[in-house]
Amino acid sequence: MSMDYNHLKETAAEIRKSIIESVYSAASGHPGGSLSAVEILTALYFEKMDVDIHNPKKKDRDRFVLSKGHATPVLYSTLAEKGFFDKGLLTTFRKTGSILQGHPDMKKVPGVDMSTGSLGQGFSAAVGMALGLKLDKSNKRVYALLGDGEQQEGLVWEAAMSASHYKLDNLTLFIDFNGLQIDGKNEEVLNINPLPEKWKAFGWHVLEIDGHSFEEIFRAIEIAENTKMIPTVIIARTIKGKGVSFMEGDAGWHGKAPNDEEYKIAMQELGGE
Amino acid sequence: MVQIATRQAYGETLAKLGEANKDIVVLDADLSKSTMTTHFAKKFPERFFNMGIAEQNLYGAAAGLSTTGKTVFASTFAIFAAGRAFEIIRNAICYSRLNVKICATHSGVTVGEDGGSHQAIEDIAAMRALPNMTVLCPSDAVSTEAAIKKAAEMDGPVYVRLGRLAVDVLYNQEDFHYEIGKAITLRPGKDMTIIATGFMVHEALKAVDLLAQKGIEARLIDMHTIKPLDKDIIIQAAKETGAIVTAEEHNIIGGLGSAVAEVLAENYPVKMKRVGLKDHFGESGKPLELIKKFNLTAEDIVEAALQLK
Repeated sequence: MSMDYNHLKETAAEIRKSIIESVYSAASGHPGGSLSAVEILTALYFEKMDVDIHNPKKKDRDRFVLSKGHATPVLYSTLAEKGFFDKGLLTTFRKTGSILQGHPDMKKVPGVDMSTGSLGQGFSAAVGMALGLKLDKSNKRVYALLGDGEQQEGLVWEAAMSASHYKLDNLTLFIDFNGLQIDGKNEEVLNINPLPEKWKAFGWHVLEIDGHSFEEIFRAIEIAENTKMIPTVIIARTIKGKGVSFMEGDAGWHGKAPNDEEYKIAMQELGGE
Repeated sequence: MVQIATRQAYGETLAKLGEANKDIVVLDADLSKSTMTTHFAKKFPERFFNMGIAEQNLYGAAAGLSTTGKTVFASTFAIFAAGRAFEIIRNAICYSRLNVKICATHSGVTVGEDGGSHQAIEDIAAMRALPNMTVLCPSDAVSTEAAIKKAAEMDGPVYVRLGRLAVDVLYNQEDFHYEIGKAITLRPGKDMTIIATGFMVHEALKAVDLLAQKGIEARLIDMHTIKPLDKDIIIQAAKETGAIVTAEEHNIIGGLGSAVAEVLAENYPVKMKRVGLKDHFGESGKPLELIKKFNLTAEDIVEAALQLK
């Protein structure tokens, strides 16, 4: 891998276009928190994770759980870009009869490791997966992506306590810390800070990075891989709506689709046609 | 007569199953000595995980574990499983038809002294409303063992409703045949039918004898599977006996009585009565005093039966 990550940046740009495309054609969905997580998913699926697009359910594989399940546009766009299913399907997102449900469905979509959507549940399931892999003495790893607003769910802290208790060093969490949730800024809705101290107190190894920097993402993952006996959480500072000027930093784009004109502008900004 | 609680039979069966089936993993939420998963925990400590007093994570983690190829049994009291963790069971387990067995003990008012906060009286209603869920409610130790074995064999979510109280052993291990979804006719009879589940099968058996003394031959069906419900046996009973009493240690809203009424109303309406909790919570007391107080005894079943004659 060249250190300028140009290839991954190109992939990330394609995924961003697919996110806008799928949300636009669905006329609904969650672009803001999808665009903020593009580099994280790109790094995982195109560099780190051992997955097989021809055998998505193979037993011995790395797993990814989108605990912030509403960010399906980034998950589906990444899986399609990787080749798990045809990119053309993205325009069926959220439509009647489509495999691409509003929230991830592991029984319908090749490459989806866990059905999620109800916040906190994906992380809890990821704890179970990590326990299962440990039982099987597998060296594969489990990754999960949580939202920052998701930190308000009580289940997150139940799961956090159990993961450190069982020393799940094969589990790595990312928190997509863009600071915004549906009703506004985290600290105005229900303050989640200070996050690093909370996670440390729950027995986790805590790393803080720029969630749009491939260099920092990979460095953090490598540190997590080499951290034994405790799980690692990577708090990734991100920008909600990253890459589309009028979506960046605006909570209004949490769960809203662009209109025709906004779609054209967004695609132009992302280098689309 | 030997008395064994269904939770006891559950714990012992799990420990037996764990020997041959290395994929069985058991989770509990700080109640392993009460749910009896401790039998498994002692024998297979490496395959037992105590998730602490955190029932949402108990079922969320169970869901994740099952995706790695494990058959997961996850236990706590019925109120915390079907109640507190309801939405986790729905979205993390049932929605994707994952292989998790929710074995919930301490159901109904026979929990006793702990009182109404700990007596699940609505769990059947909640669990049977979930797509992909199988709901079992065994009445004794032998049928519990059979139910747990079948639950382990089948792929997909199962809710098993178990009791705290020691109860008579009704069936003979040697000639016992059990199939999920196939109810058992415990007593023949042509005058009317009592359909009971779980603990109430024991009261219903006594009721059959009391009715016999009055010259009424009541049929008794042990409806050990609430879902999928054995519709054929219900319709046949309606046709042949013309009147049905249901008996359950559960709210009369949404439980066995409701399920039977649905089948009758759509297929073969006959007069029926539901014996169960009349839409109120339980309270503290000795189990057998409580079933008297809440009209869940053999005499109450007889009274309901006589109203149909």
